[in-house]
Amino acid sequence: MMTRLESKHRKEAKSAFGKTVWYLVLGLGAITMLVPFFWMLSTSLKEAGAVFTFPPQWIPKPILWRNYADAWNAVPFGRFYLNSIFISISQTFGVLLTSSLAAYAFARLEFPGRDKLFFLYLATMMLPGAVTMIPVFILLKMVGWIDTYKALIIPGLFTAYGTFLLRQFFMSIPGDLEDAARIDGCSKMGIYRHVVIPLSKPALATLGTMTFIGSWNSFMWPLIVTNSMEKKTLPIGLASFQGLYTTDWTLLMAASIIVMVPTLVVFIFNQRFFVEGIKLSGMKG
Amino acid sequence: MKKAGATGTKKKKKGWTAHWGAYLFLLPNLLGFLAFTVGPTLWSLLLSFTDWDILTPMKFVGFANFAKLLGFHQTATGLAANDPYFWYYLWNTIFYMFFIPVSMALSLLMALLMNKKFKGITAFRTIYFLPTVCSAVALCLLWRWLYNPDFGLINTFLAKIGVTGPEWLSSTKWAKPAIALMGLWGGLGGFNTILYLAALQGVPRQLYDAADVDGANYWQKFRYITLPSITPTIFFIFVMSCIGGFQGGFMSAYIMTGGGPAGATTTIDYYIYNNAYQWFKMGYASSIAWVLFVLVFTATLLNWKYGGRKVKYV
Repeated sequence: MMTRLESKHRKEAKSAFGKTVWYLVLGLGAITMLVPFFWMLSTSLKEAGAVFTFPPQWIPKPILWRNYADAWNAVPFGRFYLNSIFISISQTFGVLLTSSLAAYAFARLEFPGRDKLFFLYLATMMLPGAVTMIPVFILLKMVGWIDTYKALIIPGLFTAYGTFLLRQFFMSIPGDLEDAARIDGCSKMGIYRHVVIPLSKPALATLGTMTFIGSWNSFMWPLIVTNSMEKKTLPIGLASFQGLYTTDWTLLMAASIIVMVPTLVVFIFNQRFFVEGIKLSGMKG
Repeated sequence: MKKAGATGTKKKKKGWTAHWGAYLFLLPNLLGFLAFTVGPTLWSLLLSFTDWDILTPMKFVGFANFAKLLGFHQTATGLAANDPYFWYYLWNTIFYMFFIPVSMALSLLMALLMNKKFKGITAFRTIYFLPTVCSAVALCLLWRWLYNPDFGLINTFLAKIGVTGPEWLSSTKWAKPAIALMGLWGGLGGFNTILYLAALQGVPRQLYDAADVDGANYWQKFRYITLPSITPTIFFIFVMSCIGGFQGGFMSAYIMTGGGPAGATTTIDYYIYNNAYQWFKMGYASSIAWVLFVLVFTATLLNWKYGGRKVKYV
């Protein structure tokens, strides 16, 4: 009796110790993650000269909110925002549409050459972006699409990756459901719209999120195909802001925060979806 | 007679036209795939044998681009590369790739730490995931400021503990490690950690219970249960990281160093960008892109051949 109690105590003591170490390690790590962000915020609110004081001030005195207005007015950030939102949303819906249609054909329909064609899709997934980027750039230059939304959106609408991801998911939908719909007189289009798509919401959400994030952060392509300020997206806009204010740290940090905050807010309100929902991509080797 | 005719037409129906419905589904994606992937790939291969600046007529040069890129010539002091920049930038790219295992180990450690149901775990996961959702350009600007030799946070901190910090981004020696360090920070709790977490949660509980009965310690459980169970995920992350690694490093270098100092942070992808869009050497840029493709392809093949064998699918 006594010994059992003792061992229970020891076990509890051990787990309490383990818990403390656990909090300590993760806590220290969390500080490493957060300090740069605080430093960024602090810098963004300083007077230009206060950046060069030693030791550095953590709480700026005076707090200069004007930096944000100055940064916002220096380049058309509002326009960059609208561009990024428009391009990312168009690309997300476009990719979902073309990929799901093709994935349905690959997963559920039979036609000559299907498997060969699918293999070709798979093979191109290893192709570095740099290989196709040069000819596509030349092509768009020839048809006069450079510095247009078409150039920013259309080449990204037809991904082998999205087709592959959705095809894998569609394959897992039980064939019985489809058969039942067919007996009820459903056409192929009907099955796609009323059976396959509603059942694939998690996969569509995953692909949609990935496409949106990828499009939102895309850097090299928008850099290549845009010239004018009116067509720049947020990342490119911020890069050209840096070109204008190379070492104005207060303004640079304010501009960076202007660019960062909306995605951060979206993330913090949906963090369950991000941090826990990504399991959906289901990497089972 | 009649019957045979019927089967005949039925067989015919199995041909191309009977499947127009399927092709119709495929069409939107296929057209784009041909126009923006297959076509450009073939065109790019053709371009790699030319000398072309878009404005003047294209010149076919045979293997000259590849000879310049990969070849060597005899000099008074020995063999020298025809394009020494390419080899330097390839080395830079590979230097960054050495950090892939480090980053993977750290992410796995984070996943192990976060695979607990303690209070506050969601807050921790959120904090570590923050860099993944932040604008990457903004983070590069932030780190450029952190690395500022005179007033940046890092050297200020180092000065406090009595160390004179290096020049970081303006030093040929420290610029690459500095950018790699930023990558480690950003990837600590990112997508890879979440993939690991998903894999860890998929390991059957009974295995651990059985090990507890046998009196296995923490390390033994990790070594003989956890690790073998998640090898498919480890392998997947490694393959994807290698594919990404060969093509990486453009954005951070573009923002933080402009590829310098003296090319110390220029990667292959950056070299392609410079050749194609700064110097308009479309032919030479295409040939570098194809060498990159061959590298990625070979690495992936080797990974599958030698790594894939060790993967245990449980």
